Amino acid sequence: MRASPSFLCASRLVPAAALAVVAIALALPWARVPAITMLCFGLAALGLTVLMRAGQVSFGHAMYAAIGGYTAAFLARRFPGADALALLAAGVLASVVCGAVASAFLSRYRGIFFGMLNLGISMVLVSLIGKLYAYTGGTDGLRFERPPFLGMQLARGDFEIAMLLLVTLLAGVAAWLVQRYFESAAGQLLRAIKTNETRLEYIGVSARGVLVQGYVVSAALVGLSGVLLALVQGLVTPESGHWLRSGEFVFIAILGGSASALGAFLGAAVFEAIKLLAAAYFTNAWQILLGGTLIAAIFFAPDGLLAAGRARHAARGRDAS
Amino acid sequence: MSGQPNVAYGEPLLRTQGLTLKFGGITAADGIDFALYPRERLAVIGANGAGKTTFINICTGYVRPTRGKVFLGGRDITALGPRQIARLGVGRSFQLPQLFQEHTVRQCLELGAVGRAGRAAWFTPLASAVAPAAVDEMLELVGLRPHAREPVTALPEGHRKLLDVAIALMLEPRLVIMDEPTSGVASEEKHGVMATLMRALDERNVTSWFVEHDTDIVLKYATRVSAWIDGRIAADGTPQDVFADPVIRREVLGTR
Repeated sequence: MRASPSFLCASRLVPAAALAVVAIALALPWARVPAITMLCFGLAALGLTVLMRAGQVSFGHAMYAAIGGYTAAFLARRFPGADALALLAAGVLASVVCGAVASAFLSRYRGIFFGMLNLGISMVLVSLIGKLYAYTGGTDGLRFERPPFLGMQLARGDFEIAMLLLVTLLAGVAAWLVQRYFESAAGQLLRAIKTNETRLEYIGVSARGVLVQGYVVSAALVGLSGVLLALVQGLVTPESGHWLRSGEFVFIAILGGSASALGAFLGAAVFEAIKLLAAAYFTNAWQILLGGTLIAAIFFAPDGLLAAGRARHAARGRDAS
Repeated sequence: MSGQPNVAYGEPLLRTQGLTLKFGGITAADGIDFALYPRERLAVIGANGAGKTTFINICTGYVRPTRGKVFLGGRDITALGPRQIARLGVGRSFQLPQLFQEHTVRQCLELGAVGRAGRAAWFTPLASAVAPAAVDEMLELVGLRPHAREPVTALPEGHRKLLDVAIALMLEPRLVIMDEPTSGVASEEKHGVMATLMRALDERNVTSWFVEHDTDIVLKYATRVSAWIDGRIAADGTPQDVFADPVIRREVLGTR
């Protein structure tokens, strides 16, 4: 399959950016967890981007991160010595199954109802996690031993490096696969849900079927990010599924835009940079900084940073010729 | 004259039996017995609110009738939705063209064929999910080849109308139902649009039924006319016969 020209242009930049992230994180141990967090948030925002292609926004998608994370934590505690990759697969599978079940019902709804129903389900789930203390550890969350990685029992620093490399690899693979999905017939049908769902039915396509597919993909991506973060921290808390977290994912997805799979990671990088900046210099005003960025993004880059950058690049190209 | 086609070609392609739709005290379809035969070009005429579009909506599964049945090639399709009916070979275009606004002309046609292509094709790039030659042929047939790469939002209304029907034709339907294919098109372009559409339909052996207000167009392109008044078919026959009917002249055409 041929990638779109825009993706090809980016494909030279992307490995360079990924290498830079890995190099910085290897050189500066304190930067490892922020780098992993950034890539995980990027993965989750990528999931939201899939739904945004269909014109839908979910304000509860962090629940899939919690589902993935708790699945990994339950299994790690129940089966000590289970490999990190096995936990990862199980967590993603749990998110996919839950996403498929939820979307069977949610795919009937659009717009504000779709967004708020997701929020509602996530609130119920998060409060259950908080209340069922005996199983979930309540608001303290669940801790678990650092699992072996590919059969190796690694020390904390090495485990972080291994996770950093794994997250970078998975982020790259996920972005590539999602980009292929966007360009496939299924991905273009997803986009057609946004513009003309009635016509989709009249050409013999089930709009609900198309949305269910997109929803399951998005649940898988958010679930993946949730397990990865849980594995790195050796801890999962109800906060991982809280609606504030869902809001952060939406924030990043809007920053990045839905033009391409790479936008989500660019958005995550900007988001993480703002958070670090705010933590260092504006501890009392971080919300002003985040809110101001969101306002600026919607005013000046309504289609996302990537689309805005490309438009500027194209305009420069026209001026030069 | 009601319900009797001027030329019968064996079994009807589409048939309705006592089709009735009532909502809010209005009877939009009042016990309609109707039959459409293969290779007919039926024009449906009638004042606004006579029930022309509602009848299309019922026959394509968008609206359920209060009573009565719809048959396609002998099969009862009354309970089916637009998706299943489309898959059985009924294409439809709309009074306001229903296009995919974020896509190009070519992509709209590709999307139009994806439903027929089956799920396996969904996971290949859109441009190769559908045979490119089939898309080229359709672009040629409706004269949109030069605009293939344009976003549909850039098209003038006449081209939008043609594209709307072309999307329906990508289904390779047996029957295409067109709701006012020339409304909103500049009057000097109407005949061009209709000639193109009819040529495309003839070439593919597609039976057609279109709603039309322009008498000249009906006379020129229809083999049969069905005139609607208040949810009933008031007259049905050759264009000449129907237009000669004094009731139709008074009630539908507004002439004497």
